[in-house]
Amino acid sequence: MTTTLALQIGWGTTLALKTVIVLAIIPLGALVLGYVFLLKMMSHMQSRLGPMDPGGFHGWFQLVGDGMKFLQKEDIMPEQADKRVFATAPAVVVISTFLVFLVIPMGPDLVVKDLDVGVFYALAVSSLSVIGVLMAGWASANKYALLGALRAAGQLIAYELPLLLAVTGVVVQANTMSLQGIVYAQQDGSIFGWSGVGNPFILTQFVGFLLFVVAAQAELTQTPFDMPVAESELVAGYMVEYTGFRFLFFFIGEFGTATAFAALAATLFLGGWSLPWVHGDAANWLGPIVLFVKLMFVAFLMFWARFTYPRLREDQLQALAWKVLIPIGLVNLLVTGVFKVAF
Amino acid sequence: MWAQQVAFWIIAVAMGLSAIGVVRSRNVVHAALFLVVVLAGSAAIYILLLAEFVAWVQVLVYIGAIVVLFLFGIMLTRAPMRDDAGKLDNDQRLASGVVSLFLFGVLTVFLIDAFSDQKIRFTDSLVAQGSARAVGSDIFHQYVIPFEVVSMLLLAALVGAVVLARRD
Repeated sequence: MTTTLALQIGWGTTLALKTVIVLAIIPLGALVLGYVFLLKMMSHMQSRLGPMDPGGFHGWFQLVGDGMKFLQKEDIMPEQADKRVFATAPAVVVISTFLVFLVIPMGPDLVVKDLDVGVFYALAVSSLSVIGVLMAGWASANKYALLGALRAAGQLIAYELPLLLAVTGVVVQANTMSLQGIVYAQQDGSIFGWSGVGNPFILTQFVGFLLFVVAAQAELTQTPFDMPVAESELVAGYMVEYTGFRFLFFFIGEFGTATAFAALAATLFLGGWSLPWVHGDAANWLGPIVLFVKLMFVAFLMFWARFTYPRLREDQLQALAWKVLIPIGLVNLLVTGVFKVAF
Repeated sequence: MWAQQVAFWIIAVAMGLSAIGVVRSRNVVHAALFLVVVLAGSAAIYILLLAEFVAWVQVLVYIGAIVVLFLFGIMLTRAPMRDDAGKLDNDQRLASGVVSLFLFGVLTVFLIDAFSDQKIRFTDSLVAQGSARAVGSDIFHQYVIPFEVVSMLLLAALVGAVVLARRD
């Protein structure tokens, strides 16, 4: 499994190495997404001058400045807050993100652990972040925070279902839940007998792809689904009492999860690390880059929606999940099943 | 084998202490959070027993949905920051003691009767038994009728909840 590096390392070292890499990927992914999309793309789309200024060229220094600002801030804890729960909540959110990354493959051998139930595991652990959000909202002893946490919980539960249904379509087609297996199913697939570029599931599961991206947008509480943090109604929702480093944790959690969901969508629907005609060792070297490009494309779509649409109303949000997305997901699953049996 | 034993005892102690925390806590939100640890511990035990699929179902359904609904309900009705001023004790110690003793006795007798001194051998076939493929094919072949009955029951409960919640 370590042939790409042309050296043999033990099981424990491999595990430690993988853990360190995944731990590094989360803040790195969060920073890249935050920089490219939140600072630069939003500035261009909305003609914002602030983030384009610091440091001269294109405001490249903005992110460094933001980071320094967060680290300098005083660590404030409300007097009435439940200290222990308040302090643990950001960690729960980040741990949930960390666990998702464990199953995302970046090459034939570049995966921490290719679980048999991979994609199911990813959705299960990503649902843990709701607990962190509820903990944060309650422990802040602030009514806006509590309202934000309740909105977040209701939203995350509602949009988990379309997310699962969208994934189920892919699983039925690929015949496996392992993310590595799903990548291979796309690489080895063929479009009407022509196997030149494999068969990325976005072609057959286009409805599923749309469902997944919309539901992931809601899971990430990004506009147009950002009621839990709606600044004009709830100040900042469950994050309102958090400052400095703890707030940074939530920020990293949010953008790290965005990276994870974009990577999942890229793996499920766009073929993940696979590139046509690239096999074996070359795939191990190119895999991470290919996955990164595909991930950035999905993230681009999600942030494009985030910067373009106004916020939905709370009842519209629930109606969209239960009356539109879930029925579409069920029909999609039914059609996929019929095709699976028929062919 | 030894590593499994160590892991089991760590998980078991953490679960036991958290279970005591659930019933001893004077704050309902804390009790619900302790419950998360207990449920996560049972998921970990499933993994130790190589029932991987069941373990993640446990995480997704119990922690990701049921406890979240508990917390949701608690926070929507009352979410005291300090110890709950309301009465959290229902004064049923004798009855609950009898029920727990009875349950403990029944489980002990049946488990010993069924498995006595059998040891679990962690083989590849046991791994295959716990996989999603095996669980799925069991449910939809051998246990398809009970499975459908449970689905109908849940659907009936769902419809009932909607009827009760409707105002008009």
